[in-house]
Amino acid sequence: HLFGFSVAAMNSVGEACTELKREYDQCFNRWFADKFLKGERGAEPCADSFRLYQRCVQKAIKDKDIPVDGLDFMGPNKDKPDG
Amino acid sequence: MVKYFTTKCDINAAWDHVVSAFWQRYPNPFSTHVLTEDVVYREVTTDHRLLSRRLLTKTNRLPRWAEHFFPAGMSRSVYIVEDSIVDPISRSLTTYTWNLNHTTLMSVEERCVFRDSAEQPGATQLKREAWITSGIYGFSRPIQEFGLARFKSNQVRAMKGLEYALSNLQGETPQRLLRGSVKETSDVAKGAPQSLASTASTTQNPQHYV
Repeated sequence: HLFGFSVAAMNSVGEACTELKREYDQCFNRWFADKFLKGERGAEPCADSFRLYQRCVQKAIKDKDIPVDGLDFMGPNKDKPDG
Repeated sequence: MVKYFTTKCDINAAWDHVVSAFWQRYPNPFSTHVLTEDVVYREVTTDHRLLSRRLLTKTNRLPRWAEHFFPAGMSRSVYIVEDSIVDPISRSLTTYTWNLNHTTLMSVEERCVFRDSAEQPGATQLKREAWITSGIYGFSRPIQEFGLARFKSNQVRAMKGLEYALSNLQGETPQRLLRGSVKETSDVAKGAPQSLASTASTTQNPQHYV
């Protein structure tokens, strides 16, 4: 643990997916800071671990009837006026 | 009728650090009401923006009077969608967050924009806006007031959680990283919890967008 912190991981909504999520998140966070923010372009990040994680979590979302399908990106009212 | 609330504050950390911490802010000691967190969509666009959708599950803690509006046996978890766009060229992170269920009782939509602070080099400005509605006939106003008060106290916890994640990334002791001001459109917000960022607070005339 860097700097003496014990960095815990969040659970996935699918109990079986938490380990796959943790592996993907680790890969993503490294890619985000080291490559994406530095302007490096290339293949989709962490494609293999993302595929495995998504297969698990999408099944959990379906099993739990979470209505996340078909929503507009950036929300139902993205054209709200500024304050 | 929609209750609208907005705040602006500076976070004393560079934009790159803030957006990195954004992805790693859970779990933290101030977010024990957040139960699960998942990425359900992610794409890098050809113009090098990162689009993400995350699904969060939170506990739905309600005051006793609000229990009245909940049929027995109804799910108490609240599902939250958090969409975001990171643009490393214009250096902005825009998020849009809203609840998927229990929307008749209360619907909270929030937009956050993180960008380089114009006033303070090396700091990040966060503009946060929220729209709160309730569809409970005859009770929408007190429910919106409750929602606004809770949104404000949750906002304090959200900022503490982000500071905690920043400290973890930077290997520092958590410290006050915020300066800012709060603006809200509210007619009866007296006595609501003060935000961490509310060094200056102004009340404007009510603005209703619906």
